Amino acid sequence: MTKEAIIKEFENIAGAENVMTGETDRHAYSYDAAVLDSVMPALVVRPQTSEALGAITKLCNDNGLPLTVRGAGTNLSGGTIPHPGGVVVLTNGLNRILEINEEDMYAVVEPGVVTAQFAAEVAKRGLFYPPDPGSQAVSTLGGNVAENAGGLRGLKYGVTKDYVMGMDFWDVNGELVKSGSRTVKCVTGYNLAGLMVASEGTLGVFDKIILKLVPPAQAAKSMMAVFPSMKAASETVASIIANKIVPATLEMMDNFTIRTVENFRGAGLPVDAAALLLIEVDGHPAQVEDEAAVVERICKENGATELKVAKDAAERDAVWQARRDALPALANLKPTCVLEDATVPRSKIPAMIEALEEIAKKLDLTIGTFGHAGDGNLHPTILTDKRDKAEWERVEKGIDMIFDKALSMGGTLSGEHGIGLAKSKYMAQETSKATLAYARRMKSVLDPKGILNPDKIIGAE
Amino acid sequence: MADIHKLAQMFKELDDQLVGCMRCGMCQAVCPIFKLSGKETDVTRGKLALLDGLASEMLTDPEGVNEKLNRCLLCGTCQANCPSGVSVMDIFLKARAIMTGYFGLSPAKKAIFRGLLKNPKLFNALTEMGAKFQGVFTKKVDDMLGSSCARFNAPVIGDRHFNTLASKPFRKIVPELDTPAGSSGLRVAFYVGCVFDKIYPQVAEAILKVLKHHGVGVFMPAGQACCGIPALSSGDTDTFDSLVGINVDQFRKGEFDYLVTGCASCTSTIKELWPHMYKGDTSRTYDIGVMARKTMDISQFLVDILKVEPKELTGGQSVTYHDPCHLKNSMGITAQPRAIIKAAGCDLKEMTDAGTCCGCGGSFNIAHYELSKEIGGRKADNIIASKAKVAATSCPACMLQITDMLSQKGADMSVKHVIELYADSL
Ligand SMILES: Cc1cc2nc3c(=O)[nH]c(=O)nc-3n(C[C@H](O)[C@H](O)[C@H](O)COP(=O)(O)OP(=O)(O)OC[C@H]3O[C@@H](n4cnc5c(N)ncnc54)[C@H](O)[C@@H]3O)c2cc1C
Ligand code: SF4
Ligand code: SF4
Ligand code: SF4
Repeated sequence: MTKEAIIKEFENIAGAENVMTGETDRHAYSYDAAVLDSVMPALVVRPQTSEALGAITKLCNDNGLPLTVRGAGTNLSGGTIPHPGGVVVLTNGLNRILEINEEDMYAVVEPGVVTAQFAAEVAKRGLFYPPDPGSQAVSTLGGNVAENAGGLRGLKYGVTKDYVMGMDFWDVNGELVKSGSRTVKCVTGYNLAGLMVASEGTLGVFDKIILKLVPPAQAAKSMMAVFPSMKAASETVASIIANKIVPATLEMMDNFTIRTVENFRGAGLPVDAAALLLIEVDGHPAQVEDEAAVVERICKENGATELKVAKDAAERDAVWQARRDALPALANLKPTCVLEDATVPRSKIPAMIEALEEIAKKLDLTIGTFGHAGDGNLHPTILTDKRDKAEWERVEKGIDMIFDKALSMGGTLSGEHGIGLAKSKYMAQETSKATLAYARRMKSVLDPKGILNPDKIIGAE
Repeated sequence: MADIHKLAQMFKELDDQLVGCMRCGMCQAVCPIFKLSGKETDVTRGKLALLDGLASEMLTDPEGVNEKLNRCLLCGTCQANCPSGVSVMDIFLKARAIMTGYFGLSPAKKAIFRGLLKNPKLFNALTEMGAKFQGVFTKKVDDMLGSSCARFNAPVIGDRHFNTLASKPFRKIVPELDTPAGSSGLRVAFYVGCVFDKIYPQVAEAILKVLKHHGVGVFMPAGQACCGIPALSSGDTDTFDSLVGINVDQFRKGEFDYLVTGCASCTSTIKELWPHMYKGDTSRTYDIGVMARKTMDISQFLVDILKVEPKELTGGQSVTYHDPCHLKNSMGITAQPRAIIKAAGCDLKEMTDAGTCCGCGGSFNIAHYELSKEIGGRKADNIIASKAKVAATSCPACMLQITDMLSQKGADMSVKHVIELYADSL
């Protein structure tokens, strides 16, 4: 087909107003939140119905056009940077919540529903959808599933994969594949919905998603503990878990981040502290009281120099504001902000922090570290100016070193931000050559023309 | 017309500001235009990427970029919520100036800005004539809202329901003032602003009444011109500079402790854009700085300086308040107007999303009326759902827009400036 004829086909499927071919429109879909070079697609299409989504997938496959699905484009690993000359398919026209079932505690959604809007609708009905990535105000549920996004509540409540009960997705031929169900238990066939989690658009195009809902906790208590060393703070983390308490949230900030946040908002954070832990326990009111008391004791035993328990909603909010400020405060310091995602077993946090400090010193880089201490998921944040070529080379080297370190400690490349283009080159290092070969074989059968988000995760062959 | 390479060079000047955007996409959550269209070119991140694309000569279609750049209310919501602290408004205004330098000003805008605004006498004379003859062209729609619509098919007016020009503009009612400080010991300069002068003189009168009541002396020079924001947002920095010049030359003749306005847009323009964007005669720079520092919204002045306090509820009329973007986003003023509504003895009923833009955006309303109407329509729905009897705000542009929207929905309520409510209660 000629280019004009193909465009006409897209217009027939999605409506002319939903097909964008102009230079400015295409440029606006050439990047995402990762610090990578942008790539212009040939065409951008915004289907309004699930049938159109399927038909578009088939059309791309029939014509060998690379297809990249895009939710909100907030991923931090280049997952929505299109293939040159490819098609970007937007899901934000597919943003209906189809069902929220209070009796059976599940919901059925289209892939473009915004995470926070969904969580709010669920909360209105007295239920709870826990995954809360920092980007939830804009990220989509489809994007969350494709990245297996996690959030502050990951430690106790798990991440997106723990809430995916089922899914319909389009295969490359535009056939609808169904997997999972509305029941709590379901072992019908391969767990294809599970296969789609963290697939980053490389195996299928998600249509309807069935998500599990849970009852909300009746009570919660938040506190902030100040430590004289990172070691003391991370031993506290280990000790809390060893005492069989699983806080809803357990976050950590290093001294650099504390100072930066304090400069940013002036909320009275202890700028001399080597580390801060922000902890929230939730559940039945009596249990919350109990657990808060134990956490308090553990913090003190491990040398916390100060402990502040939030007395009311306003104080609780102040605790979490400090955490929410971490990224913006750091981002304000320098033009480019590389938010990394190295994750290690909890016990290795002190060693990892030490390694990060060494790397920063050795390469003369500014690195602030905060993250989900409870699940070992750290966000070393490198502050730089991409235009400074010499420094940028050191940054790239620093990233390599961070992953070398994390992997040598039995950690992983990504706790939640995905592999995308950014980290595909490290894949064999964490897994094995055989793993990569297996994944590629699987992909080549499911997507023989290699049109589904090429080069992501498993790299270009 | 300069060549595209030159244009790219000009945009390079914005480079230091553009790199601050980390492309996180969080602006998608707050931009009213993106909420409607869902298009990346309509949200800040996309617009900044387009400017960056021009600067790095990756794009060849400056016209296309300009068109997208203009699909923006300049409401500042994105800037107020940007985690990376990008100076979005500054970038957009500078970009518009560069674009206007490149493409030139449209003939219509040239006539309006350079022919009319720059020449307050002619502007005044023409609008006066307009006020006399407008009855021939318009018909009344809603008496409570005071709205009218076009009698004939008129392209610029379309199906708008608008407030007609006042039969007697404010400057004819009170040409100038220079009164000494009274019991408060304070003297303020009063900057009227063109919408109050020509369409809502009763609001300007209310401001004077309130100042008098509190024993505040007033310096109000004749010959005030527009604050310049319409010209600046169209990239016409020449007209902006000369309007700032006209105003400063009038105001530096008197002495005053504060400069007050009742127009959110004027306040933020004088306070933030005059010192920052004025590139004219440097002998005015000092006075511009002084005026900017002294500038206050009228509610802010009453509450922060005169310590006017909210009253205990006396079962007064129910009022809902819309936050103008130019007060909320650029100056963080949200509490004071609400305090004034309560000080007027009214029952404040908060609407949903009081802080989202009404969709007016100055010339945006003219160029993109359909979008403007859709955003404003949601605002009107929230206002109606609040079940209040009065929709109050602190900006005449918002008053016009809200009146249009409520009138088109046939709502049974009136639109007022908060200061009118307070003046009525004295
Ligand atoms: C400020 C900020 C904070 C963040 N905080 C967190 C955090 O706390 N935790 C976390 O896990 N992540 C976080 N992220 C990363 C990012 O927001 C998440 O990965 C999120 O899930 C991406 O959602 P999205 O809708 O933007 O997806 P996109 O970025 O648009 O897409 C992500 C991937 O999903 C694929 N995809 C999207 N929709 C579909 C579909 N329907 N079918 C098939 N594939 C699809 C895309 O092709 C792409 O590969 C953060 C990002 C930012 C900018
Ligand atoms: S919120 Fe700010 S930093 Fe993030 S994309 Fe928008 S403008 Fe850029
Ligand atoms: S100024 Fe307002 S309309 Fe313009 S991009 Fe920002 S939020 Fe959107
Ligand atoms: S901001 Fe608007 S109302 Fe105020 S002077 Fe300028 S144009 Fe007139």
